[in-house]
Amino acid sequence: MYVVIAGGGKIGSNIARTLVDMQREVTIVEQRRDRFEQLEAEFGHSAMLGDATEIAVLERAGIARPPDLVLAVTGDDEDNLVISQIAKEGYGVPKAIARVNDPRNQQTFDLLGITQTVCATSGLLALVEHEVPEHGLVRLLELRQEGLEVVEMQITGDSPAAGKRVAGLSLPEGARLVSVTRHGVGEIAVGQTVIRPGDQVIAILKPGLENQLRRALVG
Amino acid sequence: MRAVIIGCGRVGSAVAKELAGEGWDVTCVDEDENALTRLGAWKGGFVVGHGMDKDILETAGAVDATAAVVATDGDNSNIVIGQILQRRYSIGCVVVRILDPARAEFYAKLGLHTVCPTQTAISTLTEAVRACETGIVRQVTG
Repeated sequence: MYVVIAGGGKIGSNIARTLVDMQREVTIVEQRRDRFEQLEAEFGHSAMLGDATEIAVLERAGIARPPDLVLAVTGDDEDNLVISQIAKEGYGVPKAIARVNDPRNQQTFDLLGITQTVCATSGLLALVEHEVPEHGLVRLLELRQEGLEVVEMQITGDSPAAGKRVAGLSLPEGARLVSVTRHGVGEIAVGQTVIRPGDQVIAILKPGLENQLRRALVG
Repeated sequence: MRAVIIGCGRVGSAVAKELAGEGWDVTCVDEDENALTRLGAWKGGFVVGHGMDKDILETAGAVDATAAVVATDGDNSNIVIGQILQRRYSIGCVVVRILDPARAEFYAKLGLHTVCPTQTAISTLTEAVRACETGIVRQVTG
């Protein structure tokens, strides 16, 4: 397995270290000389100095082989988009994963066909949302390509679902309960599972049904 | 006819003035509010902000624009903004300045209308030298 990593900051260098430990072949490209020198000290000839949005630099990194995976993890969203596009559309790289720095740019990655993205800020925001569940519904996982998402809700004494069996709930079409967690112990939700105040329930649903699901469960 | 110009530097501002002079309804977008001074006595639109920002593009009139010129000082920003204007707003005429000839050629193949001043300079300079050479040869043989 051959992996090209564009961007040698904290994310890129840690991934490179892990892949090298796993005996994978890696090239990590960094344009800042100070960072490159640190990478070179650690990774030797697997580190490369250059701007990974330049086609000649990518070619020196072996983009034409092509690699099994390209990771575009620089601190610049435009650069990550361009690197991913050149890799996928120019050299037929089977898989390119891009880092999204500004969550507002997520829609641009989607628009330009860069479907595999990772956004640390969105992940952190989801955790903050989890700690401050203002809307009663927290998104745990978004399966954008599959058109599904996994959410969590907190049941209170006032919730319409409190005291009911799962089979007796009128959930919207396209939503299903996955599990019920009580006192820190999770159980798979089945028809006979009774929902109690204080429970955390996890559901899988099609995007857009969040409000209907929330009304049915937590009110 | 409405045109949006992303990047109001030396190139963007000059294109904006040319088009406005020909009767286009032109709006410029630049991150730097001082870029407005490049436009002189400007009657067109001017929006301060980044061309990757959806709200900024829509304020500038991307939704009903017939043409767009993207000429910020960043090649990769231009490439991305050009594709946004082409794909999200279906603007038929999107022209993107890319300084790096290799990227300009690559994105031209992907269907983006790219203009590469570097390539133009390379060709013009090479041609100029060839012309001198012909002159020298003529002098020698003549």
